[in-house]
Amino acid sequence: MNDGVLIAKNLFRKKLRAILMIVSILIAFAIFGVLAAFERAFNAGQEVSEDDRLVVVNKINFTQPLPISYFNRIAAVPGVRQVTYANWFGGYYQDPKNFTIVMAVEPATYLDITASDFAYDGAMRERFERTRTGALVGRQLAAKWGWKVGDRIPISSSIFQQKDGSHSWEVEIVGVFDKNKPQVDTNFMLIRWDYFDETRSFGKDTIGWLILKTDSPAINDRVSETIDKMFENSFYETATDTEKAFNKAFMAQLGNVALIVTLVVGAAFVTILMIVGNTMVMAVRERTREIAVLKTLGFSGARVLRLVLGETLLLALIGGGIGIAIAAAITASMRDSLSTFVPNLEVGPGIVLSAVGLMVALGLATGLVPAWNAFRLKIADGMGRG
Amino acid sequence: MNDSALVRLSGVGKGFVKGRDAISIFEHLDLAIPEGDFVAVMGPSGSGKSTLLNLLGGIDRPDTGAIEIAGTRIDGLSEGRLSRWRAATIGFVFQFYNLMPMLTAAQNVELPLLLTRLGGRERRAHVAAALEVVGLADRAKHYPREMSGGQQQRVAIARAIVSDPKLLLCDEPTGDLDRGSADEILAMLKSLNADLGKTVVMVTHDPAAARYAKRTLHLDKGHFEEKELAA
Repeated sequence: MNDGVLIAKNLFRKKLRAILMIVSILIAFAIFGVLAAFERAFNAGQEVSEDDRLVVVNKINFTQPLPISYFNRIAAVPGVRQVTYANWFGGYYQDPKNFTIVMAVEPATYLDITASDFAYDGAMRERFERTRTGALVGRQLAAKWGWKVGDRIPISSSIFQQKDGSHSWEVEIVGVFDKNKPQVDTNFMLIRWDYFDETRSFGKDTIGWLILKTDSPAINDRVSETIDKMFENSFYETATDTEKAFNKAFMAQLGNVALIVTLVVGAAFVTILMIVGNTMVMAVRERTREIAVLKTLGFSGARVLRLVLGETLLLALIGGGIGIAIAAAITASMRDSLSTFVPNLEVGPGIVLSAVGLMVALGLATGLVPAWNAFRLKIADGMGRG
Repeated sequence: MNDSALVRLSGVGKGFVKGRDAISIFEHLDLAIPEGDFVAVMGPSGSGKSTLLNLLGGIDRPDTGAIEIAGTRIDGLSEGRLSRWRAATIGFVFQFYNLMPMLTAAQNVELPLLLTRLGGRERRAHVAAALEVVGLADRAKHYPREMSGGQQQRVAIARAIVSDPKLLLCDEPTGDLDRGSADEILAMLKSLNADLGKTVVMVTHDPAAARYAKRTLHLDKGHFEEKELAA
């Protein structure tokens, strides 16, 4: 036997009580794990943003178009190293419920600017630039539908239609690309903007947004200011910001996920802190005589304090560990069905680490009062009370 | 006074405050118990028998005077040092056994050994020996709820002797037992005293129990009166 066995025996001496406390803790950590996984997935775009990448969108909001002519004008701004542009396609495959992220892009420059995020090999670049109806497909999306290079597939738009009234564009898959960073996902498709623009029935010669690289992150502010000033008082005013700020603003449309996570988890934790803390105070109080006996046998106050804290820590680690495991199972079960909207939904090492930190904090917080009471207990008082 | 005494109280005073009144239990108590003695302490309720035991075990501190046990002056020790001293020097036997209900007999006996540097194998050997001494080797894996009162008290005695303390302090060790079980326990204490040389101080109300001791001290109104008893 050792102190660990003693702690575990004490914790499970009343099994129903211990199980109920573990269940309440695991519920809190399961909520935490799932919400944190969503929060991380939502914010993954911010994490992979490059410091020297700026995004130019319509000042009204990013759903409004910009003229294609801005491409050359922005490329000429001092400090701009390279520019590309893209347009949201609003795609789906076969059925509107099969929502698919499709972007119409300028082939050469888009691949250059996003090359740090995705692995486009030379052959697929060459084919994409050569094939007007070509499409590059991310590995996850290709795997989802069983697509391979050479397949010709119809991809439809819920926003645009062709001049003949059709909503469907036929594209040829000329490459399947992988990712270079773990935080990004490959559940999307790139088609060529020129093909899309020539065939669509409205919005001709407009683009959704531009992405540019500056010579250095240090001149980002100056470049942003120059671009926005250049189009001031025009029909299409621009708002230029870092890619990180753009992604953050995009996610903000869905609500402040971080705040939701904090509030829900905070409420759950405060409730559990009170329940477990109160239960532990009572549980230790019931054992006053036993604690006095331990001290009589020679256990020091500090050691008794460690035993009680160990008990609440063990409780939090068991409950929290099961809770996080459940959260991992829940997110894993939802990953495929939500991969289009929330890519990379998972309880990753960062979340597990945060959860362990929270478990330790919860264990210490709930054990502090009973452990302190046990530490201070005078043997004579304890023997008399029990 | 005996200079080779294992236990020595010199001018010990102890009182407590109840409401506005200060009540004195002892004012100037002297006591010497030589090593190997078996002393029964008797006296009316409220005479301070349990307080005396608490003082001898370092559970309580005297207001005045000095307490020296096995060569250590304990009345001035810090709580931490007192805990270590108690673990090494004193074995306690309580009226209500005070075993941990969630631990087996062997685990209960092992508790004091968790405070030593002994490894797991050595601890198990000591526990087995202690349970053998009290005749419960076959009950090592039983929980307290699976044992009679007499058996539980024997486990408590095994726990008290497992770390080989010089002094056993017993507070009404047979107060919760029937006559037969009480005699078994008292015979065991006598054997520990006679065969293993343990010094035993036993508080009791029971004259029959006191007869197992080598001598009886009557504590009343803060003073001792001694009677030698034949076993």
